[in-house]
This record gives sequence, C-alpha cells and structure tokens, in this order.
Amino acid sequence: MMNELRVENLHVAIGDQQIVRGLSLAVPRGEMHAIMGPNGSGKSTLAKVMAGHPDYQVTKGKITMDGEDLLALEPDDRARKGLFLAFQYPSEVPGVTIANFLRAALAARLPEGEELEATEYYAKLYEKMELLGMDRAFTSRAVNEGFSGGEKKRTEILQLAMLEPKYAVLDETDSGLDIDALKTVAHGVNSLRGSNIGILLITHYQRILNYIVPDHVHVMVQGRIVRSGGKDLALELEERGYDWARAGADEPVLTR
Amino acid sequence: MKTENKAVDINRNIGDFHYKVDYAKDAGSGLSEKTIHYISDAKEDPDWIREFRLRGLKTFLEKPLPTHWASKDLEAIDFDKIRYYLASGDAAKRTWEEVPEDIKRTFERLGIPEQERKFLAGVEAQFDSEAVYSNIKKAVGEQGVIFVGSTEGLKNHPDIFRKWFGKVIPIADNKFSALNAAVFSGGSFIYVPPGVKVKHPLQAYFRINAENFGQFERTLIIADEGSEVTYMEGCTAPKFETTTLHSAVVELVALKGAKIQYITVQNWSANVFNLVTKRGLAHEDAEIKWIDCNIGSRLTMKYPGVVLKGRKARGEVLSIALANNGQHQDTGAKMIHAADETTSNIISKSISIGTGRATYRGLVHVPKHLKHCKNNTECDALLINSTSRTDTYPAITVRGTGNAVQHEASVSQVSAEQIFYMQQRGLSEAQAMSLSVNGFVNDLVRQFPMEYSVELKRLIELEMEGSVG
Repeated sequence: MMNELRVENLHVAIGDQQIVRGLSLAVPRGEMHAIMGPNGSGKSTLAKVMAGHPDYQVTKGKITMDGEDLLALEPDDRARKGLFLAFQYPSEVPGVTIANFLRAALAARLPEGEELEATEYYAKLYEKMELLGMDRAFTSRAVNEGFSGGEKKRTEILQLAMLEPKYAVLDETDSGLDIDALKTVAHGVNSLRGSNIGILLITHYQRILNYIVPDHVHVMVQGRIVRSGGKDLALELEERGYDWARAGADEPVLTR
Repeated sequence: MKTENKAVDINRNIGDFHYKVDYAKDAGSGLSEKTIHYISDAKEDPDWIREFRLRGLKTFLEKPLPTHWASKDLEAIDFDKIRYYLASGDAAKRTWEEVPEDIKRTFERLGIPEQERKFLAGVEAQFDSEAVYSNIKKAVGEQGVIFVGSTEGLKNHPDIFRKWFGKVIPIADNKFSALNAAVFSGGSFIYVPPGVKVKHPLQAYFRINAENFGQFERTLIIADEGSEVTYMEGCTAPKFETTTLHSAVVELVALKGAKIQYITVQNWSANVFNLVTKRGLAHEDAEIKWIDCNIGSRLTMKYPGVVLKGRKARGEVLSIALANNGQHQDTGAKMIHAADETTSNIISKSISIGTGRATYRGLVHVPKHLKHCKNNTECDALLINSTSRTDTYPAITVRGTGNAVQHEASVSQVSAEQIFYMQQRGLSEAQAMSLSVNGFVNDLVRQFPMEYSVELKRLIELEMEGSVG
C-alpha cells in the first residue's frame, strides 16, 4: 500500500450543480504538489470535500489516505487520522484563545486517560510561533477574532506546525498576503516539508511558487486536472495562460 | 435506591441519585394553617415567627401566579401534592462523623467534605428541610463570625436575626417570597463583625433528596461595617418523574464599607421548579456582588437585586444561564439606585440548547433627584440550535440629568462553519460545541474564583456532552 493521499475519478455536486467532474490525483507522503486553476475551477470545493464538509455530495469516485477510505469518516476522524486543511477563510472561534484551542485539538488526539504535558506543550508552541514570526502575546488572543488576513493565514500554518499531520491541504494560503507576509508563511511551510508529510498547495497565482517550490504541478480547469508536470509547468502556465492549458488538455474538457 | 455503579452514575450526572431516609418530622402533603402550625411546633418557633408564617400563607393564597408576565408553565405546579417539611428532627452536627451514614454518603458523593478540607472557611450542608451539618473553622469562629443554619441562628442569636430578618425582602414581595415566608426552613445565617475580613469562602450545600418535595431555605447574611465575606452555595437534586419545588429567599445586608460576594452554582435536575428571590441592601460605600450560574431545572425564575441605599454603594450581578432541551431559564437582575454616586453593573450571558429558552429580565431604576449614578448593562445570548430561543426584556428607567447609563445586548449563534472548522482540527462535534460555549462565557468566568470557574466549565462540558449527537 502506497503512503499517499489519493483521489480517484471524483465527482462532486452542490445541489444539482456539478463542480468536480472526474478528478484524479495522488500526493505521496514526502512530496509537495501544487494545484493551479482559475476562479471557479473547483479547487476550494476539492479541499473542502477532502476534509468532509457536509454541504457537498460526492456523487462518484473515492478519496483514500494511506489506503483508508476517507469518505466514510467524519471530519474530526479524518483530522485525527492525519489530514489537515488550512482554510482559505478560517472561522472565528470567539472567546477561545489560540493556546486553548490548540491544546484541545492536541488533547483530542491522545488516548483516553492521557493528558497533555503543559510545559512541553508551551515550549513547542513558542518554538513554532517564533518560526512564523508571531509574538507570544498572540496565544492569548481568541482564534481568528479580529485578525488581519495575514494573521489568519499565519495562524493556520501555526496550527499545521503544531498538529503535525500526515497530509496537509493548503487552500489559497497565499491569497490576501503582502510580499513580506507571503515570505514568512512560505518560510514556515518550507520548514515543515519532509519525508513525513505530503502537501497539496492550492493556488490561483504562480507567485507563491517562487517561494515554495513544488515537486509537481497540476492545472485544474472546470472540475478536473487538465495538465500535470514538474515545477516548470507553473511558469509556462503563467506565461501562456489558462486558455492554453484548456486547449492542450489530454482529453476534451466540458465547457458549461 | 439507585444502583451503586459509581463509574456510570457519578460521571454522567453527579447529582442523580437518592437514598431512602426515614423522616421523623413530616408535615405531609399540601398547604394549610395546619401545615404552618406543624412546622412551627416542630421547629419550636417563637410566636413572632409563627405569626410571620401565617401572614406569609395568607399573602401566598391571595396573590395570583404571575402568569400574566411569566411562563404559564407555573400552572404545572400542584401545590397540594408538595411536601413542605421533611426532617430527621436532629440538630445539625459539627463533625462529619456524627452525620447519619446515608446522608453523609450523599455529601461524600458530591465531594463536600473534601472541598471543606481544601479551601473553605466553613461549610453548611442542608438535606431536604434542615441543616445536617454546619461547621466553621476555629480561627474564623474566634473572630466572632457566626455561620449556622437559619433555625439555629434564630434560636441562638435572636437579636441580630430579628433586626434584619424579612427587612430586605418583605413577605408580599411576590407570591413565592410569601410561600417561603410561610414554610421556610434551613438556609444560612451569617454575621460578620465590624472590620473582620473572612479570607476563605463560606459554603452551603443544598440537597433535595425526597420526591414531591419543596425546599424553602431562607438565608440571611449581615456584613457589619468594613467587613468582607464570600459565600458560595451549590444545589442538586435527583431526577424524579414528579415535580420538585425549590423556592428560597436570600437577604443580604452590607453595612457601611462592607463587601459581600454571593456565588451560586446550581445544577438542578430537569424536574425542579426553581423560583428564588434574592436581594441585597448596600449601605454607604458598601459593595454587593452576585455571581449566579444557573444550570438545569425545568423553570428557573431568579433576578438577584441590590438596593443601593447609601452614597457610593456598588452593586453587581454577573450571571450565566444555560437552558438545555425543554428548560426555561428566566433570569436577570434588579438594581435600585437610592442614593447619589451609586454604581451598578450587570453582565448576563445565556446559552440556549435544543428547545431550551433563556430569558433576560432586567430592572434598573435611577430616580430623578439623584446625581452621579452609573449603570452598565450587558446581556449576550448564544443560540446553539435553530430551535433554541432567547428573549431580552431590559427595563431601564434613568431620570435626571447627572446620571449615566449604558446598555448593550447581543445575540449570536454557533455557525455550522465554525463547528466544521473545529472538527477539522480533530474535535468531535460535542467537544467543538462545548469549547464554543466555554469561549462565549470565558471573559465572565475569568472574574470568578478559581475553584468555581473550574467547576462551572466541567458542568458545561457535561451538559454539552449530553445534548449533542
């Protein structure tokens, strides 16, 4: 059994609208894949479906993580088994501090009866915050409440660093960031790369790929992957545009 | 008797068990002058108390149920089926060893003797109608602090007792204060001498054990000039099919410069009608603070108040109400400004789960002739499900030009997106709900004493676990 996050012939609908139409993809542990696509291509839908968002119906196909059927699991089971989603628009959790939120999330992963060791926890939290250029005082702020766009994205990456998943899906983690914030976030993501984690980076722009260099690039248009290639594909796409990707698709792409 | 399977029983619902007890004193079911005389005889009341009770009965029978503004659910109380007085006939014990075995076991299961050893200056434990245990730490007693049950207070300290009893809450204040006046038994009597600051809290624990029972404790706390005291009460009852009535009256008197902090954490079972009148009288520069946490019960109606009688007196109500499926928490606060430069602060947070309903009723009164009075009122409601309900009825009358008032209210909901976000971090739906609720009350709970904030968070978790999925 391959250690990979695998999507096979996935079809997803919201109501009677088909959004993902036969998408296949495999992200092995240890690799970084990027999905690029124009607005409305279904990128965020793919991310949410992987995490188990209740609003979407999978009408066909499957998603597995290290061979296990993810679609049969509740969102929190998927998370505890090692799937992480960095949200494009993270929710606020009023009144719950980052420190308490992450502590609860880590505690939920422990076997019953075991408790988190507080000193170790805070040592790790402060270390990861330093990595992301975050002030310690941040730990006592409520999760995403009144955060700027950049603070929200950084907080997502902080959670990724603390929860140490097997696979992470980063949904438009670069959107809304200025160049300095982008560099910090990219530095954080790069430092987490390694043989233990597979990362799927979803983005609209090529810009972030100057800082986070993927092993593979996929182009997604209208609910399916139309091209796959190495890191240079991103540059080529930037130069020639999505129409080129659409036109050169291996098989015809449905147009609406 | 309930099963002794402790692992199941204690973890799920701490208060849900009861023991069969033989009561030597039992006033029977229903309420009449005969009931009053039975209670007065059993308690060896002085004549003025017997008369007070009879006046209470008369007023109770005359007053209609307040269903014109409050819940019609009050009509479900069958006053003829309630038992108004149940007691062993023994005086309260001073050591746990002397307390009868079954009753001691009850309080041990609720963790009371353990808490006393840990952090309390004194403890009183009431079982149905009477205190079964009351003890104050020696050092505190030597400072002249009195902490006994109301029956004992009346008997042994008649001068102080009579001077203040029934003065803050008159018999006719409302139908249920009148009922309490008629049949009251138990509750605490506390007197703190001038200048004495009681460092650790005094705690009373009220336990309903019997079925079809009404508990009517009456608490009177007097903090003499410049003194300070914190009093905490906890309440539980087992789950019965029939209704249980809890109708207490609590009167606080803070003399010049004194401070009283009164903390309630109640965890009633869902068959309890909890209809309580609580009010404090704050003299010059005195401070009265109510911290009121209402969890459980079928219907709670409770609006702790402060009459700000002296210049610069301060009153505060911090309250949290959690209305679960089928429950109605009708709570709030009253602040009656009656002197210049008085200030009051009300912060109320309510959570409605399932078909639960939380109602905030506030009354703030500042008459025209007063100067430099201030009130701040904040009430926030959190709705968990689309079937949950909240209502806010703030009545604020501020007259005159030199007074300031501020009022904020909010209603929020835990969104599906928020729960999904939390689940994506590995929390179950129930854990996510529970953490959201704790986040909602967090800034308020931080102002509570440590021991109580921990207890409260645990109770909220238990409630949320039982209500989700």
